[in-house]
Amino acid sequence: MEKILLNRVHLKNSRSIEVYLAHEGYEGLKKALVMTPKEVIEEVKRANLRGRGGAGFPAAMKWGFAAADPNRPKYLLCNADEGEPGTCKDRQIMEGDPHELIEGMAIAGYAFGAEFGYIYLRAEYPRLVGVLETAIAEAGAKGFLGSKILGSDFNFTIRVHRGAGAYICGEETALIESIEGKRGQSRVKPPFPVNVGLFGKPTVVNNVETLSNVSHILRKGGKWFASIGSEKCPGTRIVSLSGHVNRPGYYELPMGVTFREVIYEHGGGIRGGKELKAFIPGGASASCLTPQHLDVKMDYDSVAAAGSMLGSSALMVMDETTCMVKVAERLMRFFVHESCGKCTPCREGTDWLLKLLQRIEAGEGKEKDIDLLREICDNISGKTFCPLGEGALGPVRGTLKYFEEEYREHLRLKGCPVKRKSRIGN
Amino acid sequence: MQSTVPAKFSEETLLRINEILARYATKRAAALPVLYLAQKEFGCINDAALDAVSRVLEISRADIYSLATFYSMFHQEPLGRNVIFLCDNLACTLLGAESLRDYLERKLDVRMGETTDDGRFTLKNAECLGACGQAPVMLVNDDFYEGLTEARIDEVLEKYK
Repeated sequence: MEKILLNRVHLKNSRSIEVYLAHEGYEGLKKALVMTPKEVIEEVKRANLRGRGGAGFPAAMKWGFAAADPNRPKYLLCNADEGEPGTCKDRQIMEGDPHELIEGMAIAGYAFGAEFGYIYLRAEYPRLVGVLETAIAEAGAKGFLGSKILGSDFNFTIRVHRGAGAYICGEETALIESIEGKRGQSRVKPPFPVNVGLFGKPTVVNNVETLSNVSHILRKGGKWFASIGSEKCPGTRIVSLSGHVNRPGYYELPMGVTFREVIYEHGGGIRGGKELKAFIPGGASASCLTPQHLDVKMDYDSVAAAGSMLGSSALMVMDETTCMVKVAERLMRFFVHESCGKCTPCREGTDWLLKLLQRIEAGEGKEKDIDLLREICDNISGKTFCPLGEGALGPVRGTLKYFEEEYREHLRLKGCPVKRKSRIGN
Repeated sequence: MQSTVPAKFSEETLLRINEILARYATKRAAALPVLYLAQKEFGCINDAALDAVSRVLEISRADIYSLATFYSMFHQEPLGRNVIFLCDNLACTLLGAESLRDYLERKLDVRMGETTDDGRFTLKNAECLGACGQAPVMLVNDDFYEGLTEARIDEVLEKYK
């Protein structure tokens, strides 16, 4: 398959604007500027580009809502707060081909009428601040950013805003609060950011990977994009593959590829010839799946039908030596650390879940703990202010669904049955 | 103990802050970049840093403190010359991050969150560094190190004096 997003990252000096221009860079923006903003939105609608941050919301629809709002100024926020454990896809684009993102942002800004864009970059990527700022300066010097872009009436400025280490800021309203200089705590919706967002103005928040597809869609057409991958979710996906596979890393693959192909063909199978025990298909929030799900297709709808979610397409693979209670415990420690503290079900509930998981793993669990874990999950579900609390339930519910017997074995043996032979927990 | 450092920024930092303020619609929106500058200038977000930030952004000290303590990249205690963030989230743990953490703690004779007696290193754990395909990983100051082993850690630490 021909790569779309990562087709330039292996070129020498791939970050530079000269290399970008030599490989059809900014052709999409040139095309967009001779179209009306409405026509640009129509083209992206034809492509059926769905958000790559996790929720899969149609990008053109979001732009359309913001375009229809007469209030100004309007803002475009690029969500580069890639904080979901397992995920390392956006980094590849920003590090290897930053102009692809910048061009996509300029086109999006033109389409819905934004003049200002911010890239909210996660704090853990400090070197990328300079990479992105250099690319922005290069684009400005060549007239692709700034005032009267390429002789048109369109003005667009991009700034990099570095986050400061809070996973919750990947949630769009928390991200907005954070740019406004507040604690990154989610806002109640509605109103939605497309109407009341940054500084109270219409704001579109799109993920890095989503925006990076846009120049290709404009250059080659929405129809071309819609013909790639799966019908309901066209295009490619950058899969972050990690854990017990022979070839971990990142792979750009068409939507709809199966987990079997990713793990066994691209990832080279399980390390040391061991058996696959479980895999997490879409980052820390996603419920785990098992070998029986290997032929499920990697697209939003198929993974949801299998009882999990594609999320950020971070595929974490675990072999037969992995303790699944430990997996749930480790991921819950993350959610406890990252809960913003605003709402009680998430703040208290995740902490309680962690304590139960820790005591089961330590061999001090009680018979009632398994029912209690389920009960706490039910009491958090649907009652939290934002999706973080709901996301924290994925690891517990998934491991309980498929590995309840392993939990019970911990209780019977008063300890972890796989600890001594496993990589995890050693 | 009350800090003896004057609670104001250097002229050079103030110039930088003015550039930053011009990028945002409100003064408050510059809070995170200004806190980064304060941390660099004062060594951590101590009383002096809170004073300086509060003055320049015209926001109360309590409000700035509430902000600084929310984000994990702002530190209330002085750090060593080099800060090591070792990732031990799931992808890294699956490939041995916990034993690497024990190794680092033994080698540097500190626990997570502490600074070595000679001030050379501060060791901190990170909740995912976004390099899961190259796990286990750590960040030393601004540099990523991937595919860690004990030998690789030895090699990397030698670079930082």
